[in-house]
Amino acid sequence: MSQPDLIIHDEKDNVGVVVIEMTKKGQECNAWIMENDKTIKVSSTNEVPLGHKIALQDLKEGDTILKYGHDIGKVVKPIKKGDHVHVHNVKTKKW
Amino acid sequence: MEIPKTFLGYKRENGRAGTRNHVIILPVDDISNACAEAVANNIKGTIALPHSYGRLQFGADLELHFRTMIGTGKNPNVAAVIVIGIEPKWTKRIVDEIAKTGKPVEGFHIERTGDIGTIMKASKKAQEFSQWASEIQREECPLSDLWISVKCGESDTTSGLASNPTVGNLMEKLEPFGVHLCFGETSELTGAETVCAARGSTPEAKDKFMKTWSAYNDFILKEATNDLSESQPTAGNIAGGLTTIEEKAFGNFQKIGNLKFIDVLEPAEEPKKGKGLYFMDTSSAAAECVTLQAAGGFNIHLFPTGQGNIIGNPIEPVVKLTANPLTAKLMKEHVDCDVSKILSREMNLSQAGDELIKTMLRVANGRLTCAEALGHKEFVMTKLYRSA
Repeated sequence: MSQPDLIIHDEKDNVGVVVIEMTKKGQECNAWIMENDKTIKVSSTNEVPLGHKIALQDLKEGDTILKYGHDIGKVVKPIKKGDHVHVHNVKTKKW
Repeated sequence: MEIPKTFLGYKRENGRAGTRNHVIILPVDDISNACAEAVANNIKGTIALPHSYGRLQFGADLELHFRTMIGTGKNPNVAAVIVIGIEPKWTKRIVDEIAKTGKPVEGFHIERTGDIGTIMKASKKAQEFSQWASEIQREECPLSDLWISVKCGESDTTSGLASNPTVGNLMEKLEPFGVHLCFGETSELTGAETVCAARGSTPEAKDKFMKTWSAYNDFILKEATNDLSESQPTAGNIAGGLTTIEEKAFGNFQKIGNLKFIDVLEPAEEPKKGKGLYFMDTSSAAAECVTLQAAGGFNIHLFPTGQGNIIGNPIEPVVKLTANPLTAKLMKEHVDCDVSKILSREMNLSQAGDELIKTMLRVANGRLTCAEALGHKEFVMTKLYRSA
């Protein structure tokens, strides 16, 4: 049970949350999936701070971001696997 | 962990129990604040609850004002109440309702007497109440005397990952003991509203929740002049990694664990369907929400935070927890329970839930919360619309 770099809530999720102070550019992160207790690897393409999200797959404009297994918004700029996912490339569907 | 069956509380005349033993000086309206504060300054062991409203309100907004005033006075964390208003009629309305609990309460009005005369009369009564209350002893009370409210603030992704689920774990463990539980934050369930509605234990509860949320959402859409993404999530939320209101909502929703809610309460409404989880229609602003929950009769509060909200309440102790290791380190004086080890997997959710139960019970038994020690006593009335 080593310390994870990312935590993923649900197997269906396409993003994981950084739980170390900052990822390094190119760092191969251990991502722990809470739901099924599996660990996957994903390379961080940039420095991403604690609490921020990293894409687990390539995503194109209009795709839905899934976290907690639920829809949390839409992609507004293309995202590569390992990229920082935040307000610059994702927007709410509510307003 | 074996959960203790009792805590040490103050038994009240109406059968409820408090975790605190406050004598409050309650101004009916904004202009009576000075008088109330002078009395609290004169008489040790009392606390004034100044606020900004109470004049020329009408309709549902006025009803909410009275419900908040009366509910605050009735809260079992309050031993006795001095009510001070500008005129006798509204003052008496509040006094009469608080008196139904059987606790000592007395009203004073300022018109025809002035501040100084009122302060003198009210101070004499407050001294009597303060000395009387100081002799009340803590006694063993069943866990079911705990009415636990929850609300999160300055949330970030660690809230949804760990500190909110810790509260959910506590709820799952304590519900069988017959506690009352309450969550709120209507606006911050936006995005998770249908998932939340499905947790209503009856069709009526589900329906009432959707009506409450829709009324709020209609209001937001009507008043919105620009993109709400600037307000929800807040700048603090965004700095902490939360991107959208939906993400915030699903994180928020982790606080109720796997429980179902039995009823939907108006703001500051007292639950009437017995033990279990209630949803209260509240603002998502921390001080407003906790003030409404305290007025609903809740006697201890759990407040998970990500980036470090510092809120307290004058009558309901606010127990703060965080899973954000930076917040736990940099804002240590605000954190009652540190569950950041969940993120490094040195602690699991059940262990965190146990830690929170232990911390909460110490506070219920009398330990001061960080917010109490630091002097936080935010008492903030919710106003529904402008006055007449």
